[in-house]
Amino acid sequence: MKKLIQSQQPINMNRVHGSLIAGSFLILLAIFVFILFGFGVEGEATFRLSRPSDPYALPNLVLPAENSIGIASLIIAFFGARLIVKTPKEYTVFFALSFFLAVAAFLVWATAGKSFSLTGMLQATVVRAVPIALAAMAGIMCERVAVINIGIEGMMLAGAFAGALFGSIFGSVLGLLIAITVGGVFGLILALLVVTFRVDQIIAGVAINILVLGLTSFFTSHLLKKNPHLNDAAVFKAIQIPILAELPIIGPMLFRHNIFVYLAILIVFSTTFYLFKTAYGLRARAVGEHPKAAETLGISVIKTRFVNVIIGGMIAGFGGAWFTLGSVGRFDEGMTGGRGFIGLAAMIFGRWHPIGALLAALVFGFADSLQQKLAILRTPIPSEFLAMSPYIVTIIVVAGIVGSARPPQAIGKAYVKES
Amino acid sequence: MKIALKIRQTFSVDKATFLDVFIIPILATSLAITVGLLLLLLSGESYQTALRALISLFVGSFGSVSALSETLTASTPLIFAALGIAIGFRAGLFNIGAEGQIIIGGLAAVIVGFSVELPILLHLTIVLFIGAAFGAGYAFISGWLKAFTGAHEVITTIMLNLIAFRLLDFFLRLPFIQKEGRNDPISKSVLETAELPRLLSFIDPNLRIHAGFLLAVLAVVLVYWIIFHTTIGFEFRTVGTNIHAAKYAGVNSSLAVILAMSAAGLCAGLAGASQISGVLGRATSGFSAGIGFDAIAVALLGRAHPIGVLFSGILFGALVAGGREMQVSAGVSLDLITVIQALIIIFIAAPILIKRIFPWFFPKT
Repeated sequence: MKKLIQSQQPINMNRVHGSLIAGSFLILLAIFVFILFGFGVEGEATFRLSRPSDPYALPNLVLPAENSIGIASLIIAFFGARLIVKTPKEYTVFFALSFFLAVAAFLVWATAGKSFSLTGMLQATVVRAVPIALAAMAGIMCERVAVINIGIEGMMLAGAFAGALFGSIFGSVLGLLIAITVGGVFGLILALLVVTFRVDQIIAGVAINILVLGLTSFFTSHLLKKNPHLNDAAVFKAIQIPILAELPIIGPMLFRHNIFVYLAILIVFSTTFYLFKTAYGLRARAVGEHPKAAETLGISVIKTRFVNVIIGGMIAGFGGAWFTLGSVGRFDEGMTGGRGFIGLAAMIFGRWHPIGALLAALVFGFADSLQQKLAILRTPIPSEFLAMSPYIVTIIVVAGIVGSARPPQAIGKAYVKES
Repeated sequence: MKIALKIRQTFSVDKATFLDVFIIPILATSLAITVGLLLLLLSGESYQTALRALISLFVGSFGSVSALSETLTASTPLIFAALGIAIGFRAGLFNIGAEGQIIIGGLAAVIVGFSVELPILLHLTIVLFIGAAFGAGYAFISGWLKAFTGAHEVITTIMLNLIAFRLLDFFLRLPFIQKEGRNDPISKSVLETAELPRLLSFIDPNLRIHAGFLLAVLAVVLVYWIIFHTTIGFEFRTVGTNIHAAKYAGVNSSLAVILAMSAAGLCAGLAGASQISGVLGRATSGFSAGIGFDAIAVALLGRAHPIGVLFSGILFGALVAGGREMQVSAGVSLDLITVIQALIIIFIAAPILIKRIFPWFFPKT
């Protein structure tokens, strides 16, 4: 153990050297926030915390815009100076706090002189995080057995399509089950390609994405457009959890959703339990880290990879069904809009751990709902730029975190069984 | 089989390479088209429609001079973009961002194309140059991130694609760029001095094949020379084969990654620019039309070899041209072509699969 810590010493040295850059970056961020948001802003920003009809109504949060932004940028600048003088171990916390303050300052600037439902935004954050978190879970299931799954986007699109089509014919519940099955079938195809036929994993994933995009668009124009009643599924209704749903802020955030949110949370926790508390999970992780050693211990690498990738596909199919059965009820071409890829970024951000990925998905969900809700506030920022924000956050996250995160050892490598 | 032997003798390749380079792509393509037609039957269309679709696929691509011209026109941007992806493959990079690079390159090209007034040849050169430069710059972001932060280029290029779509929508609505009197996202048309000349206008002015195709062939030769006969090409290939060995041998791998990615973007930017000044004349919301994604399949089918890219680019151009004919005369949606292309990628990437389905073409091992 001691040796391990010593071997990490050089990395810490790098951090001390990097502190000047990191600190200056934060100070720049502070100046940026102050100039861009602090100048010429007037009035008060009103954040609504609850609806008047709520049983336990909270008063509105009212912030004087100019002062709050000034204070936020001062704190960011202080953090920056602190990093330049001496770099503490937990410097990522300073970064996270600074970005949080910058976003808060941005929100205050956008709301100045108006009022904005903070609770509604947090609720939307949770809803928007669902497909991303599920995509990340699918990614974790596959990557923990060393199979890169770029095809999650396609599997979700297939799930969305199957949910809309079969949900219209057989009802939502059966439609959801079929969507999950379809996701599993594409998981099986991926497993066949990469495990049995040893196709390059990224190429196989990209091919699945293009294939599903083509298939769903083809059937949309040949089937759904001619028969609109086949593209009109009933959406799952929100289920209010008694008592808990009445709580201020937390109630609307967590306990007034449809089954997708509840099941997604359940899936996150059962994935954690499966991977880290069961023998099967241990075997799966062994296959991902060192397949040869796992095979020596009598674990079937091929079978483990097949099972996990198929389960991953099913989770992706479920996440895809959210787009139709959990949200709008009808399928549109390419409606997943890159959420599968953002899920992969959330997986990396969460360091291949389900809980970490869930938290990362919430960050992305926040960016996603921000662009939606800000449209209401009529900020001078063009809507296209707001729509880009989840993608930009993804790039920053992947670039910022990837150096310090480690994927499973055998990732991307096909396994050839010795006979 | 005698013909096969003759081809082998003409190109002087051994049997294994011959199977890999000629037989597998042919089998994969035929299999993909067959599955596509089965899918058509599955969606409830009649046998007659499927047969008509198959015939129009061939008639629309190679059946007449105008069909041939359409095929080569469609293949031009595919060849450009796929060359870029091939360079990436050689350096171990998977550039999914060709679509976004085409958009950014094409957008820059169209702006220079309508806003600057210059003499005829100079204007065209500058438009193509700007398109290439902006494509390269956009890809540079991914290359730089890969080299200095280790961010996987697959994720960053996909995100840059999505960003490029939004940027295009934003720019096309700017009053400076948007066509006068229009509300939808559409740019002004490029000036005549910035248009690539049509090659066969002396036969029929409607034949759309343009000088961009010749440039694409030239690019094939140039990329071949760069990859196989220059130091930087050698460095790309070393980094792509074994990055640790490359570093040990003194190759600046970060620089090689950035250069390879930028070169890929340069080619994609040229694809966008040639599409703008050779075919479309202006940019619209969906002007990239999935060329960047098709180009991935082209590069894979061409085995990341420039000559292979040339031929597979023409094949995919034929699929696009034939697909349009199929849409018109058999009423089959173009998305079927996307499905066929994805199946081709799968079959090409899984030669074991092809060997199992068609065992009699391959020697027993």
